Amino acid sequence: MSESKTNLLVARDLTRHYQVSRGFMKGHATVKALNGVSFELSARRTLAVVGESGCGKSTLARQLTMIEPPTSGQLAIDGVDVASADKGTIRNMRSKVQMVFQNPFASLNPRKQISAMLDEPLKINTTLSKSERDERIRAMIATVGLRPEHSHRYPHMFSGGQRQRIAIARAMILNPKIVVADEPVSALDVSIQAQILNLFMDLQDQYGTGYVFISHNLAVVEHVADDLLVMYLGSAVEYGAKSRIYQRPMHPYTQALMSATPAIHPEDRQIKIKIQGELPSPLNPPSGCAFHKRCPYAVERCAKEVPQLREIDQRKVACHRVEEINT
Amino acid sequence: MSMNGTNTRSASFWIQAWKRLLADPVARICGCILAIYLVVALLSATGLIAKGWNDEVGVSYANPVFAPNEPNPEGDTSLIREDASVTDDETKAIDPLAPKYEEIAKLERTNADKVTVLQRLLPLGGDKTGRDVLAKTIKAGQISIAIGLAASFIAVFIGVVLGAFSGYFGGKVNDALEWVYNVFTSVPYILLVLAFSAVLGKGVGTVILVLGMTGWTGTYRLIRSEYIKHRDRDYVQAANAIGASHLRMMFLHILPNVSHLILIQLSQEVISFIKAEVVLSFLGFGVPVDLISWGIMISDVRSELVIGKWWQLASCATAMSVFVVAFSFFTDSLRDALDPKSSRR
Repeated sequence: MSESKTNLLVARDLTRHYQVSRGFMKGHATVKALNGVSFELSARRTLAVVGESGCGKSTLARQLTMIEPPTSGQLAIDGVDVASADKGTIRNMRSKVQMVFQNPFASLNPRKQISAMLDEPLKINTTLSKSERDERIRAMIATVGLRPEHSHRYPHMFSGGQRQRIAIARAMILNPKIVVADEPVSALDVSIQAQILNLFMDLQDQYGTGYVFISHNLAVVEHVADDLLVMYLGSAVEYGAKSRIYQRPMHPYTQALMSATPAIHPEDRQIKIKIQGELPSPLNPPSGCAFHKRCPYAVERCAKEVPQLREIDQRKVACHRVEEINT
Repeated sequence: MSMNGTNTRSASFWIQAWKRLLADPVARICGCILAIYLVVALLSATGLIAKGWNDEVGVSYANPVFAPNEPNPEGDTSLIREDASVTDDETKAIDPLAPKYEEIAKLERTNADKVTVLQRLLPLGGDKTGRDVLAKTIKAGQISIAIGLAASFIAVFIGVVLGAFSGYFGGKVNDALEWVYNVFTSVPYILLVLAFSAVLGKGVGTVILVLGMTGWTGTYRLIRSEYIKHRDRDYVQAANAIGASHLRMMFLHILPNVSHLILIQLSQEVISFIKAEVVLSFLGFGVPVDLISWGIMISDVRSELVIGKWWQLASCATAMSVFVVAFSFFTDSLRDALDPKSSRR
């Protein structure tokens, strides 16, 4: 984090609220899907975002890919603040952030051949001639480990892993600065997952791309990530270098997440920390620390005061009692 | 399905659908019937057959070959006498045609050698003015099918464009288009059609426009719902991420994924518009009387049925029913072939 030369991506207090209708004559309610999240990402680095379903990971992805503007906060991509930028600027920035989706069976247009799918980004964003584009497509198909004859096939002819390779090729063909991967391997067989992860890492070495890797699979995160952002109900609870957090998770929620990961060797197995109850509804978040109702260490203060991210042991943790817990 | 090792290009969706369609015997039979209708309509349109549908080729109400013994007024018991056409000065005064009798007589003399023998038997019988019902049915079919096809193209085009905008953009665009839709559907269909044709006047072009401009609502709803479904799909989001414009996402990404529904809708509308044309023509708002369509024929039949001349109704109703039923079954098979997931039983 601190050793980074230039930050590709800087998010400051990024929030996204949605207005939802509660029914006739009842007015609107506000869902705080993203509640002041800050982080940085530099080239050749991978930031993993983890958390349970509904914690705002996918909302974050939608902000990063500029599909939706954030409600407030700053989001600088390659030095340009896109949170307040006009449509023309955002259009020009689009090609710098690409996305790889979770389900490769839904993210490829079933009526398009692979070559047409890869041709389109180049057609829209570059002025290359037909033969130059074909050359790029051929090279990219080879880079992601597909064979040239695959280019004239339709997506239904491919397996899940091959489809994800195609999706990665589509994301990488514009040579983007940042790739947002929203659980890119969770829909794949375990045997294929490692291949796809290695492909991601090879491409990062080759192109110097920064990755935002959204996942709830901590084993996958350990394999690919440099930095780690743990989210709970729209807020960051722990943020720092992966090695640090994996070595010694400090926030009670992170500890619970880590202990829930199954281990192969008995000596690696930890005592499971059970967290009670369900993830609260973002429509009606708990007062104070969002986690206090499920936290085994919660005290009265936790229900009253929202904890801020504090620098402790070379990472940032949002917990009032982090020192007491980790002594 | 082989994943690896083959050098073949994978078959596109349309080729697979075509194979599924050919594998269905109902589709094959109905497709053949429709092809026959289409060929006959094309031959009639080019004037190769049924050119003389408006000529007097038989006696009035000539019997069909399959019912030669039905009583005929032009037979021996005919009431029409030669002396009925005698003219004198008194009739001249009230007969608007009287000044033209000389001209008619001259025409009669010059064409005396070209006497056409009026047939007493015609393949499917004759109508009141001695026209061949077979030729009429063929010509009427050509015009009715042309109206059905053209009107459904217009209706589906309007429905797809409006539905795409409404479903894709949602919000204010959707509100405005939903309002138009509600206004259109709140008026009873026949009333709406009659109002349109009263304003636009008579003619084949008018019928096509009227049906097209009133029949888009079903397609609009269908396509709107499909666009609402597709606009948040990952492949559209991916297209958004590569910088595709709204129109590109609407018509190059989503449209191919709903095109099979458009094709099905197109063929359903053809059937309903052919039936609507019959209703319109029967009510006198359709095809002008100097042309012919299945609707005009059915409208003509009213006066014939009273005196027991049933063959015109029989032939045009049979021709229309066979076409509509074959087209309906074909549309069903088409849906099964194009949308296999929806019809797995």
